[in-house]
Amino acid sequence: MDRKKETCGMIASGLGIGLLAVALVCFGNPANMGFCIACFLRDTAGALGLHSAGAVQYLRPEISGLVLGSFILALLRKEVSPRGGSAPLTRFVLGIFVMIGCLMFLGCPFRMILRLAGGDLNALFGLGGCVCGILTGVFFLNRGYSLKRTYRLPPLEGLLMPIIQVLLLALLVLAPSLLRFTEPGGGPGGMHAATAVSLTAGLIVGALAQRTRLCMVGGIRDLALFRETKLLLGFAAIFAGALVYNLILNAVTGDLYFSLGFAGQPVAHTDGLWNFLGMLLAGFGCVLLGGCPLRQLVLAGEGNTDSAVTVLGLMAGAAFAHNFGLASSGDGPTANGKIAVLLGIAAVGAIACVNTFRKDNA
Amino acid sequence: MTVIDACGLSCPEPVVLLRKAMFTQEDVYQIRVDNPVSRENVTRYAQHQGYHVAVEAAGETYTLTLTK
Repeated sequence: MDRKKETCGMIASGLGIGLLAVALVCFGNPANMGFCIACFLRDTAGALGLHSAGAVQYLRPEISGLVLGSFILALLRKEVSPRGGSAPLTRFVLGIFVMIGCLMFLGCPFRMILRLAGGDLNALFGLGGCVCGILTGVFFLNRGYSLKRTYRLPPLEGLLMPIIQVLLLALLVLAPSLLRFTEPGGGPGGMHAATAVSLTAGLIVGALAQRTRLCMVGGIRDLALFRETKLLLGFAAIFAGALVYNLILNAVTGDLYFSLGFAGQPVAHTDGLWNFLGMLLAGFGCVLLGGCPLRQLVLAGEGNTDSAVTVLGLMAGAAFAHNFGLASSGDGPTANGKIAVLLGIAAVGAIACVNTFRKDNA
Repeated sequence: MTVIDACGLSCPEPVVLLRKAMFTQEDVYQIRVDNPVSRENVTRYAQHQGYHVAVEAAGETYTLTLTK
């Protein structure tokens, strides 16, 4: 009975998240980007001046909402638990490479689903790469990969990430002149829903993801590891929900919410090989980190400082990606980006090997 | 009875450890975890494998006893 309730809850949450993602596009977010944790962290890094790519700078309230939604629900469920100390610097480095992979593809695993639901067939290459990356991670998990144990930490450690999010929101509302913003029409950073709408959507999705433990790579990972389908149902429900809502909006509004094909897709490029390799790197890194970027935000909201460090790594990765010309654009990947992705796959592979094939099992 | 200490380990590691331990096909296992996600995942996996799960909570630590 519990199992049935859990399954229904996961499907309902996935459909709700799919609806919110499409609604955010209606309210102003870039197409197929109702949610994209990689893109939103990249935009936020830009707003804070960590990179100077003028087209992608905006402090995305969805990020704060996701962390705070998770924090509030975890508080109500008595699941806030300040923890950390499990290879934080390794997680930071993995976060950097996951972001570089995501910005090669132009989206995190969450946006990959939303791109597919918008008819962007380039995301099929991303999905293929993501599955291969996840299976590579599972290979190492099955052989004992571990970043070792976390430890209980003082309460302030666990509260800092939610506090930082409140401060960022205060900056956005009270002192926006301190931040950098893309001008309207100047790129994806200039397209966004109103602050209250974005924050509310983030809060709801953060709470739903905390409750259901939703993870965009966990679904395929758990299916491969244990034949467990719970998380995969959430993944599928988001896709199904967003697809149906996109098709309905297409019919009702006449705007292009769903457009099947490869060419001309919003904030995407058509280089299949690098879409594949970018998401292979992202999927592989996410399995080693224990979850996708969305899951890292949710865990950070619950007081997990290892995930908070990972989020900082993702933001640093976004800054590197734009400062060193690694990020793709609609025109395609860059030469620097290709080199960085190959180096990333090698580095993440080395981290996996070092943390799998070692003698101490303490 | 095999006892597994999975405290401090994040998912899916506790389930991976349990799955490996279950290769010995014992009738009783005990596994300690210290977060609700691991408790839920271990419970689900053990039930899939046909075990009855009894959970004993002490603060943030959960001791799960799995019996055939």
